[in-house]
Amino acid sequence: MKPLLNVFSKESIIIIICAALVLFVFSLFGAAFGFRMLAEIACFSIIALGLSIQWGYAGLFNAGIMGFIAIAAFTSMLVSFPVNEDFRQSIYATEIIWVFVKLVMGIVIIWGINRLPFLQTRVALRRLLLLVAIAVTYLIFMQNLEPVASGIEKEAGFIGGFGLPVWMGWIAGGIVAGILAWFVGHICLGLRSDYLAIATLGIAEIIKAVLKNADWLTRGTLTVSPLPWPVSTPGEIGFIASRALYLTITVIMIGFILWLLQRAYNAPWGRMIRAIRDNELSSAAMGKDVNARRLEVFIFGAVLMGVGGAALVTFNSIFDPSGFLPLHHTFLIWVMVILGGAGNNMGTILGTMIVYIVWVMSEPATLLIFEAVKYLGVEWFNWQVPNDFDSRALQMRVFLIGMTITLVLRYAPQGLLPEKIREN
Amino acid sequence: MNLIDVTQLVAGYGNNAPILHDVDLALAAGKIGVIAGPNGAGKSTLLKAIFGLLNIHSGDIKHNGKSIIHLRADQLVAEGLAFVPQEFNVFESLSVEENLEMGAFIRTDSISDSIDHVYEYFPPLKEKRKQAAGELSGGQRQMVAMGRALMSRPTLLLLDEPTAGLSPLFMEKIFERIIAVNQAGVTVLMVEQHARQALEIADQGFILVTGKNAYTDTGDALLNNDEVARSFLGGVS
Amino acid sequence: MNEFIFFFNKVIVSGAAIGSVYAMGAIGVTLIFGILRFAHFAHGDMMTLGAFFAFGLTVMFPQAGQLFGLPTGFIMLPFAMVLTALVAVLLDRTFYEPLRRNKINPVGMVMASIGVTLMLQGLIRLFGGIEARHFFFAERKDIFRLALPFESASRKIVITEPQILLFVFTLLAVLAIHFILNRTKFGKAMRAVSDNVDLARVSGINIQKVTVITWMIAGSLAAAAGVLLSLDVSLKPDLSFNLLLPIFAAAIVGGVGHPYGAIVGGYVVGFAETLSIFNWAVFLRPFRESLPDWYELPSKLALVPTEYKITVPFFILVVILIWRPTGIFKGKVI
Ligand SMILES: Nc1ncnc2c1ncn2[C@@H]1O[C@H](COP(=O)(O)OP(=O)(O)O)[C@@H](O)[C@H]1O
Ligand SMILES: [Mg+2]
Repeated sequence: MKPLLNVFSKESIIIIICAALVLFVFSLFGAAFGFRMLAEIACFSIIALGLSIQWGYAGLFNAGIMGFIAIAAFTSMLVSFPVNEDFRQSIYATEIIWVFVKLVMGIVIIWGINRLPFLQTRVALRRLLLLVAIAVTYLIFMQNLEPVASGIEKEAGFIGGFGLPVWMGWIAGGIVAGILAWFVGHICLGLRSDYLAIATLGIAEIIKAVLKNADWLTRGTLTVSPLPWPVSTPGEIGFIASRALYLTITVIMIGFILWLLQRAYNAPWGRMIRAIRDNELSSAAMGKDVNARRLEVFIFGAVLMGVGGAALVTFNSIFDPSGFLPLHHTFLIWVMVILGGAGNNMGTILGTMIVYIVWVMSEPATLLIFEAVKYLGVEWFNWQVPNDFDSRALQMRVFLIGMTITLVLRYAPQGLLPEKIREN
Repeated sequence: MNLIDVTQLVAGYGNNAPILHDVDLALAAGKIGVIAGPNGAGKSTLLKAIFGLLNIHSGDIKHNGKSIIHLRADQLVAEGLAFVPQEFNVFESLSVEENLEMGAFIRTDSISDSIDHVYEYFPPLKEKRKQAAGELSGGQRQMVAMGRALMSRPTLLLLDEPTAGLSPLFMEKIFERIIAVNQAGVTVLMVEQHARQALEIADQGFILVTGKNAYTDTGDALLNNDEVARSFLGGVS
Repeated sequence: MNEFIFFFNKVIVSGAAIGSVYAMGAIGVTLIFGILRFAHFAHGDMMTLGAFFAFGLTVMFPQAGQLFGLPTGFIMLPFAMVLTALVAVLLDRTFYEPLRRNKINPVGMVMASIGVTLMLQGLIRLFGGIEARHFFFAERKDIFRLALPFESASRKIVITEPQILLFVFTLLAVLAIHFILNRTKFGKAMRAVSDNVDLARVSGINIQKVTVITWMIAGSLAAAAGVLLSLDVSLKPDLSFNLLLPIFAAAIVGGVGHPYGAIVGGYVVGFAETLSIFNWAVFLRPFRESLPDWYELPSKLALVPTEYKITVPFFILVVILIWRPTGIFKGKVI
């Protein structure tokens, strides 16, 4: 007989530590802050689960989580933000549609050239035609977009949203993140594993650059707020109640995802994924199938990242394109997953809790420590304190994230709660 | 005393189950030893184990009476061992001469004499010295591989299937070169698929089956052993 | 004529300058790729670190340049290179070597290098702050304006002293790399290890020493690229992340493990960047009168808006990965 809960197992010790940390935060900073942190942890958990299956199930390295979060958050904002009447009334509402219709036409032409039967044997000619078609489409699109975009910026600020329910936005965010993953994965998954890391890093930077600079879409540095919530807002029912409601929704989502993952893990699909990762099936023997499975995992993980990212940004109620940082939105999540144990769902969630609480608490803690350093430096050495001292001090946390990554890789490569390999 | 002495060796790849089980092998200095046996018997594994590339579970390997199981590959080269693996045994993007220089990496003295010496053994290489080894034919590659191994002036040369994939004519040439190397004082321990031809030039033969010693005797005795001939040498001659 | 001079300044000179920086970074990345077999994500921060070493020394000895008639930052370059090379070896010893011994997979190494990059970033910003700094705080940055002997050329070719130093240094560095790889024992051993590690090991090549030398070359070139770039523009701690993608793109375009490919790749990416952000409207302006009436000449006609410069290396990367993943020079490892 296996006891229901072994109090001294590693798992329960970690759960107790997490509970203690949460309790500590609640008692020290109050319930409003506590619920906020828990809701954020829940959103991060969804993202981390996405990474955990990419990395833990299939060994795929995603160095651009931020890009998936950002594009999903943007999509969600676009779907659920109220309609901008200024834009709807302006001539640009139809013009922008035309611009994109032209783009789609161009893409259809490109696709058609690629498929034309009589070009199939003339590779050089097809390449040339493709190149020309792509260049022309691109140039026409840019030429057409420019005036419309600046017109929108001048007369309406930005295009606003569609005013649809928030849950639709989250789903749309997940789908768009999945499409992006399909694009990146399609190119990189057949190649050596580092290329995926490089490509995802690049795509994240590009998405950030676009969101930051396309003011007509995102208002750029002006940011978009307040984003609508799926539940009553703090303004209506108070901080504690609304945040608790939000938390409930996200926890239900996590429960659903866990159920889904559990089923997938035990299905033939899950077994095959693990076999591929552990090199039990040589990719030569399986041929294309291996890459197809890995692509599926990559897309599935990205969808989760998208949904979690959309939920996270919605919770903060502000869409700020410059607020997406690789540090916060990629590497912090990395630490959560590898510390918790990639591939172990419970471990991932517990890792997320511990890391996020420590991360949040480390800000005041770091400032406190460096305040002491500053005091001593000034008292004893007559030190000229640089005026950006506080922001410098916070860089110590970047150092700590990096250090944690290297230490975990070296001393606990399986994480605190390694994936349980079941014999079957 | 034997130059190389393998006793009760149990070895395998990483933490997997061992491939070799209680293998014994002994070869006196100046001799040619041939390891033969069916595919997958563990012949290559045995050479790799001697060359410190595998996980030794138990047993010992002595070179000149000194245990060498804890030495790294570069230390073994310094000890006087040299190894020509079965495949991927040349640096394809390096020229023939650079391949030879890499064989002499541990040496600090002048190596031009040794290079000339290798060209004397393998005259075709001299014309191709500036050519990338990857562009050579199979037989020439094998020469580069052996030449590279000889550059460290070894006392014990380990060869893994030096004639694999070569035409019979080329095979003869390579065997002839191996004998020449041996007569210059180098002990040779080689794995061969062409067991009959190899045993003909061998002083000592070792037949492995599923990671265990099956027969160990002089080359002539094994050739004349009917059972060995039937099972491993492709019929009685 | 003026348009061509403008083009020369904006595309050729700037492209060659940034291309040189990418090339030097990419040589290091490609060597590490070939010999240690992982994508070294901390390379950008090694560049920044090198630049900070040189900057620190410049602050300490601001007069040093006058002795030689060169910018002080450039005089400090060799010291910065040595220091960065030492740091690179030290980082390998403390962080990568133990993982290699544990036989971690290449992706684990990539992740470790991200850990290292975050640590370096944290330290650099802790001690260096986040604002941009200029090497020429005590000296004047020489800018050469060369007039062309044509009637119609009123514009001048503009080239800065740091750019000239960058070109000269890159040339010397490339020659030195060529010499090391083809003429020295360890250079050849580096090629051998990159070609076939297992065979290198059984040949008796000391892999550890080869690794150390690889890091020293990669580290010193990274430092040089960082210092020379910061001399020309400015020293910013967030330099590194923007450099990483173009450098990887350059290494992959050239074929990983292929140093000459990396050099070509560096310039390909550099020129691609300057060509795509170049304002081609400049060339149309002289024909304004003869253009059809309905065509209104836009003030800016660039392939890629400057804000989206980062998309250029990514686009090149995607194209090369689709079209020829081994790179133009057929890199070994894919
Ligand atoms: N790199 C390796 N990892 C694990 N097992 C291996 C490896 N190489 C060979 N083996 C196994 O060791 C056994 C003996 O192989 P080997 O020594 O190459 O045979 P041969 O006698 O044909 O040279 C085979 O069962 C093979 O599957
Ligand atoms: Mg074999």
